[in-house]
Amino acid sequence: MKIIVCIKQVPDTTEIKIDPVKGTLIREGVPSIMNPDDKGGLELALRMKEQYGAEVTVITMGPPQADLILREAFAMGADRAILLTDRKFAGADTLATSYALAGAIRTMEYDLIIAGRQAIDGDTAQVGPEMAEHLGLPQVSYVTDARKEGDKLIVRKESEESVQTLEVEGPCVLTVLASAFPARYMSVAGIMEAYGREVELWSADRIDVDEGRLGLKGSPTKVFQSFPKALKAPGEQFEGSAEEAVELIVRKLKEKHII
Amino acid sequence: MDFSNSKTEELFLQMIRSFAENEVKPLAAEVDEQERFPMETVRKMAELGIMGIPVPKEYGGAGGNVQMYIRAVEEISRVCATTGVILSAHTSLCMAPILENGTEEQKQKYLPKLASGEWIGAFGLTEPNAGTDAAMQQTVAEDAGDHWVLNGTKIFITNAAYADVFIVMAMTDKSKGTKGISAFIVERGFPGFSIGKKEAKMGIRGSATCELVFENCIVPKENLLGVMGKGFNLAMKTLDGGRIGIAAQALGIAQGAMDETVKYTKERKQFGASIASFQNTQFQLADLETKIQAARFLVRSAAWKKDMKQPYTKDAAMAKLFAAETAMEMTTKAVQFHGGYGYTREYPVERMMRDAKITEIYEGTSEVQRMVIAGHLLK
Amino acid sequence: MDSKDYKNVFVFAEQREGKIQPVAFELLGKARDLADASGEKVVAMLLGCGISGQAHRLVEMGADEVIVADCPELENYLTEEYTQVVYKMIVDNRPNIVLYGATTIGRDLAPRLAARLKTGLTADCTKLEIAEKEDGSKEFRMTRPAFGGNLMATIICPNNRPQMSTVRPGVMRKLTPEPGRKGEIRTFVPEFDRAKIKVKLLETERKGCGCKDISEAKVLVSGGRGVHDKAGFDKLQCLADVLGGQVSSSRAMVDSGIMPQACQVGQTGKTVRPDLYVACGISGAIQHLAGMEESGYIVAINKDKFAPIFSVADLGIVGDLHKIVPLLAERLKKEMAE
Repeated sequence: MKIIVCIKQVPDTTEIKIDPVKGTLIREGVPSIMNPDDKGGLELALRMKEQYGAEVTVITMGPPQADLILREAFAMGADRAILLTDRKFAGADTLATSYALAGAIRTMEYDLIIAGRQAIDGDTAQVGPEMAEHLGLPQVSYVTDARKEGDKLIVRKESEESVQTLEVEGPCVLTVLASAFPARYMSVAGIMEAYGREVELWSADRIDVDEGRLGLKGSPTKVFQSFPKALKAPGEQFEGSAEEAVELIVRKLKEKHII
Repeated sequence: MDFSNSKTEELFLQMIRSFAENEVKPLAAEVDEQERFPMETVRKMAELGIMGIPVPKEYGGAGGNVQMYIRAVEEISRVCATTGVILSAHTSLCMAPILENGTEEQKQKYLPKLASGEWIGAFGLTEPNAGTDAAMQQTVAEDAGDHWVLNGTKIFITNAAYADVFIVMAMTDKSKGTKGISAFIVERGFPGFSIGKKEAKMGIRGSATCELVFENCIVPKENLLGVMGKGFNLAMKTLDGGRIGIAAQALGIAQGAMDETVKYTKERKQFGASIASFQNTQFQLADLETKIQAARFLVRSAAWKKDMKQPYTKDAAMAKLFAAETAMEMTTKAVQFHGGYGYTREYPVERMMRDAKITEIYEGTSEVQRMVIAGHLLK
Repeated sequence: MDSKDYKNVFVFAEQREGKIQPVAFELLGKARDLADASGEKVVAMLLGCGISGQAHRLVEMGADEVIVADCPELENYLTEEYTQVVYKMIVDNRPNIVLYGATTIGRDLAPRLAARLKTGLTADCTKLEIAEKEDGSKEFRMTRPAFGGNLMATIICPNNRPQMSTVRPGVMRKLTPEPGRKGEIRTFVPEFDRAKIKVKLLETERKGCGCKDISEAKVLVSGGRGVHDKAGFDKLQCLADVLGGQVSSSRAMVDSGIMPQACQVGQTGKTVRPDLYVACGISGAIQHLAGMEESGYIVAINKDKFAPIFSVADLGIVGDLHKIVPLLAERLKKEMAE
């Protein structure tokens, strides 16, 4: 079985702060990490490798520094790593990103493609399904479990109020939730070998795409502007005894006609 | 010596920090409170290869080096000193002497299982009447033809209650003093060997410190470790390595206490301002931070020398002396900065202060380290 | 492509188990604004099985037209079946804008369609507007949080049509229903390309968490780390009962297993806008604020007077919730009795 896992390097958004004066993101000192849902996807692939035997290939699109998460994937147990890197990919929105990834995957052999549900820097959840469409493959999103049954895949999918069990025929794209696949740590032996292995660098020429649909040129959406979130003006603050606080709350709720 | 981390070290630190934070830290208070050996954590460390970091791959280890192993002890001790010493005693005091002194058969037999963490290691030198004066060994090993017979008692043995393999010192020739001491590899199941009472300790309360009791214990001939009569030397060399481990443990404790103190002093408000904004806090923390960083350089340099196969006895003693005293000072002040809360078990600094004390005592007290350093200096 | 050929604001009216979801009505409310701003129509797309009888409800809630596809294949949401039908509706009708709920269904369907239509899609929008450009022409602007809610980004889709976005449930306001409002209901007869259908639904289990949907509550009493434990939440429940509300939670208390995930407010939980939100022992991480700051009136009770929650609270009480909450419940009980 050949499994391809799409991963992305993201800034750890829980560590991001806003410059209160300039209103810009302070990215300095913010660690770059493997996107959590993608790591969950890699975990699912590695579990399937242990259970059924598989070759696990990780692929990412990004700048040369994204090498780091591919090394991490090696140290977790991935067999092969591909870094799609080219200036032609720069400025891509989700449609152009998914198109480039699909163009790379189209040149490879696979039985299953796994991606994270969404990346924590954008939270769009669009690249997985868009990539599936470009490849003409079925998709299941919000996956919390997957197992083989003959040549079919039995997949559990989480929604707001229910859990569905689905049967999928043939190669497909799954997008998975990190919470369902707590990822393993890198092993010490894996870490020792990670930098001795080869990360394949692929440029736009190497993959099967129409270059006009890559990067900024191939992106239908543009960022018009970005700005820090405006917090509303704080209301009044009270410090005093519990009894006084209660009286104040009751008075305010009456004033606002809430009670 | 390069002061920056290699890419491999960066990856290793990322793993060990997240392991310490997510797997070790949540159990630290409970392990202390219940005086419980954290076997589940040891199993997890085993699975990841943390129990065999500096052991070469051909013996089932991860093929790392002493510097990486030391970082693991530091990062783990930063959140739980009990777990830190379990790793240190296992690696420095049991696997290292076998790796450095064992026959090929001994290495093949013991290292793969120790490095994979299937077996846990321990080391027995101290006796009721032979502490700092380790030459006063009363445990004896008699040559009974095709095997050895051991009799005696060892005390304060880290990991003892859960260990499978013990490196044990015993007199093979009482007339020769330290030159009559030899080292043996003793397995848990050997007839006549039992684990005695467990100590109730001030700190590192989960490390299962017990007595080892040998009553006509039968040890196979081939389990003599190293050269007959060179056991004292082997023990001292082993402790040199062990001291780097304990220095790293002390460093980790100090760093952990600093982490807690920085967080707390920024949050805690008194007189309408965070206590971190007071110059008394700032100056004291600046001094402590400098000492911690100095301790770190001493520890790294000793580990680097061991990796480079350079003499490191004095370096290890200096690292342990300074890191242990820094840990004691840092944790005591951490409690002070936390005020009344620091004295309660609601905050981890109380535990850290109790844990720090042992680093000034075991694997050679601070006084012994001074003797070693002065001995090198004045010879 | 000439963008002038594309007209009207389409809404994907999501249904589950034959029930039109609240988010569909919220989207109609917003679509109405957008359509009025550019003199276009609001068109709802309703897919399901035995659903036709409910089409008029969409008209009452703001749709000028409803296109209904009613057949057994569409009973449950499945990616390929729904994509084929909605794709055809879009290609045939050339809408200018298409809106979807940012639910597990909308976020599965919309990107699939975006790739098939080769157009742009903006996820999880919190604000949508038709703005006038300097040259007098109109532009659809979609604003959404990025970087974990730390930054807002306004996205445009200038050269591709339709312009599509998903919108988080609970963010837009639905209109007051207008019974008897006139609108056209059109039937669409789907044809499926069955060769492309590779996914079969075997089973659906409902998740029983026992709690009602917090995004529907008028009053929420919400607890964070400061509540400590289950016993602390019991105090909150008493207060919620007196106020006729429900209890919700911050992420910390969900992660620690004290509260179920369905009760979580925030970026990774639910967006809520009750009339009254009482935040107890919640420090107010930006991810939490993103999920509740639109509430009508916010009371925050916290020991730390510098807690960020106070920056969005209308009334901030610095104090111990464990004392104040039970006292407040008692006091309100008396008040209500009078």
